[in-house]
Amino acid sequence: MTVRMKLMILMVAVLTLAACKSKEPRVTEPVDQQPTERVDTQPAETFPWTGKPDTDPAHLDNPDSPLAQRIVYFDFDRSDLKAEYRDMVRAHSAFAAANPNYQVTLEGHADERGTREYNLGLGERRAHTIRDLMRAQGVGMNQIDSVSLGEERPVAMCHEEACWWKNRRVEIVYTKN
Amino acid sequence: MQTPAKRSVIKTIIAVAALLVLSFGSVVQAELEIEITRGRESATPIAIIPFDWQSTQPQSETDVAKVIGDDLARSGLFRTVREADLIERPNSFSDIRFGTWRLLDVNYLLIGRIKDQAPAYSVEFELYDIASEQRVAGYALPVRAGALRDAAHQVADLVYEALTGTPGAFSTRIAYVTASQTADGLRYRLEVADADGYRPRSIVESREPLLSPAWSPDGRQLAYVSFESGNSSVYLQEIATGSRSRIASHKGINGAPAFSPDGKQLALALSKTGNLEIYVMDLGTGGLRQLTNHWGIDTEPVWTDDGQSVIFTSDRGGKPQLYQVAINSGTPRRITREGDYNARATIAPGKGLIAMAHGVGNVYRIAVLNTETGLLQIVSDGTLDESPSFAPNGSMILYASREGMQGVLSAVSADGRVRQRLILSGGDVREPAWSPLPRR
Repeated sequence: MTVRMKLMILMVAVLTLAACKSKEPRVTEPVDQQPTERVDTQPAETFPWTGKPDTDPAHLDNPDSPLAQRIVYFDFDRSDLKAEYRDMVRAHSAFAAANPNYQVTLEGHADERGTREYNLGLGERRAHTIRDLMRAQGVGMNQIDSVSLGEERPVAMCHEEACWWKNRRVEIVYTKN
Repeated sequence: MQTPAKRSVIKTIIAVAALLVLSFGSVVQAELEIEITRGRESATPIAIIPFDWQSTQPQSETDVAKVIGDDLARSGLFRTVREADLIERPNSFSDIRFGTWRLLDVNYLLIGRIKDQAPAYSVEFELYDIASEQRVAGYALPVRAGALRDAAHQVADLVYEALTGTPGAFSTRIAYVTASQTADGLRYRLEVADADGYRPRSIVESREPLLSPAWSPDGRQLAYVSFESGNSSVYLQEIATGSRSRIASHKGINGAPAFSPDGKQLALALSKTGNLEIYVMDLGTGGLRQLTNHWGIDTEPVWTDDGQSVIFTSDRGGKPQLYQVAINSGTPRRITREGDYNARATIAPGKGLIAMAHGVGNVYRIAVLNTETGLLQIVSDGTLDESPSFAPNGSMILYASREGMQGVLSAVSADGRVRQRLILSGGDVREPAWSPLPRR
C-alpha cells in the first residue's frame, strides 16, 4: 500500500514536473518576433533633459526622441495595446496635446490572414484603441482621425510571422496645419 | 428565346471591341489560363464532333465544339474524347454508327452545325445517348455576328442541364481584382471575364486598393469598394457603359456590398457610428437602415435566397463566426461552430450550402456547410484560401489562393472532388465574384 502510494505520489510529481517543463519553454519562447529594442526604456517624461515630455516638433525625426517611434504593433486578431507601447503612446499624446496645430491620423492595418473586409474592421479597431487612449490623455477630440487599410498595405511581404507581425500595426502620422 | 441575355451579350461585345481598340496589349496580357489540378475518376465520357460549318460566311476562329468540350470538362462531371480519337465525324443522325461509339466506351455524342440564318447564324445541335440510341436534347440557337463563343457556352449550358438536371453556368461571367506592379507603383484593376477566363476587360483602374466586387442580380452592375479617395467608399457601376456613382462614403469603413435577390436593396458594412455594423440601403431612395448593433466587428453580409435574412461575419463571440439575422427583426443567430475563424459566406442558391473562409491555426481553407445536415466539409487545399464565391448553379466555388508571392484564382466543385486553377499572367489576382445566371 505505502509503496504504491509513494509510487503514485512520485508519478504525480513526475507528471507535474513534466507538465511544468513542457510549458516552460512555451512561455519563454517568443510568441512573435517583435524586437524588444523598439520599446523605449527611457520614460517619456524625462526626455530630453528637462524632465518634461518632449513636445518639440523638431524632435519628431530625432532618433533619440520617443517621438521618432510612430508604429504600434499588435497580436494576431487583437486590438488591445501591449504594455510595451504604453510609454510610446503617452509620449505622442503629450506631444499632440501640446501641439494642437498638428493633426494626428492613425492608420490601422492587419496581416494577410483572414478575410479582407474583416481585416478592415480589425485595422479600424486597432486605430480606435490608440485614438481612445490619446483622447483620454488629453489630445483634442477633433485633432485625431483614423483610417483603416486592413490588409491592403502590407510593409512586409511573406507568408509567415516574420512578416505578419510587421503588418499588424497602427501608424501614427502627423500633418501640420 | 433569350432576348435580354442576347442584348447584354451584344452590349458586352461592343464594349469589348471598344476596349480592344483602346488597350489591346493589356487585354491580351490579362488572359486567364485554366488548369484542372484534380479531376474526378467517375467523369462521364462524351464525344463532341467538330460542328459542321455550313454557313456561306468565312469560317469563324471560334471552334464551337472545343469551347463546349472545355466547358464540360471544367465542370469535372464530363470527360471529352480527344479530337484525334474521333474516328468518325457524323454531322447528322443518319451518319451516326452507334456501335462505333459503344466500342469506344462513350456514353454521349454531341453533333452540330452552323448555318446562315438571321441575325447571322443558326447553331444547331443534337445530343445522343449511345446506349439507348435516343436523342436526349436538340436545339437551334439564333446567333448574332461575332457571338459564336456565347452560343457555344449556351450549348454547353443546355447539354449540362440535359445530362445533370441542373442549368449550366458556362454563360456566366466572373469579376476579380488584379494588382500589378508598374513603373509608378501598384496598379489595381477590377476585371470582368467570361467564366472560362476569356475576354477579360478592366472596368476600373486605380492606384489605390479595390476590393469586394458584388454582382447585381441582373448581371448588369457591380458594386465594389475603392480606396481612391484615401478612405474606403462603395461604388455602383454599370458594366456595359462604365457609368458609376459613389453610394457610400461615410466616415470610417464603407465596405462589403451585397445586392438583395430582387436587386432593390444593398446590404453593406459601415462604421459611421464608430463601430462596424451591417446596414441595408434602399437603392431607390438611398435610405439606410441599421441591421446589427453590437460592439463586435460585423461585416461581409450576404442575402439568403428568400431575401428575408442576411448572413454575416461577426466576432461578437470572441472570434469571427457566421451569424444569420432576419431583415425585419431579430437577434442574430450563430450558424458556424467548428473552427477558430469562419468568415465571408457565399450561398449556393436553392441548395442549402454555405461556403466560407475557414481558419484553423494559421491555415485558411474554403469549407462548405450543409445547412440541412450541419456537416462542414473542407474543400480546398491551400493555406491562405479566401473569398469564396459560389457559381449561380451551386456546382463550383471560385476562391482566391496563394502560390508563392502570387495570388491566383482557383475553383473547386461543391463536393471538393474537382479542383482547377485559373492562372493570370503577370499579376496578383484576388477577390473573385461569380455572376448570376443570365436571364433567359
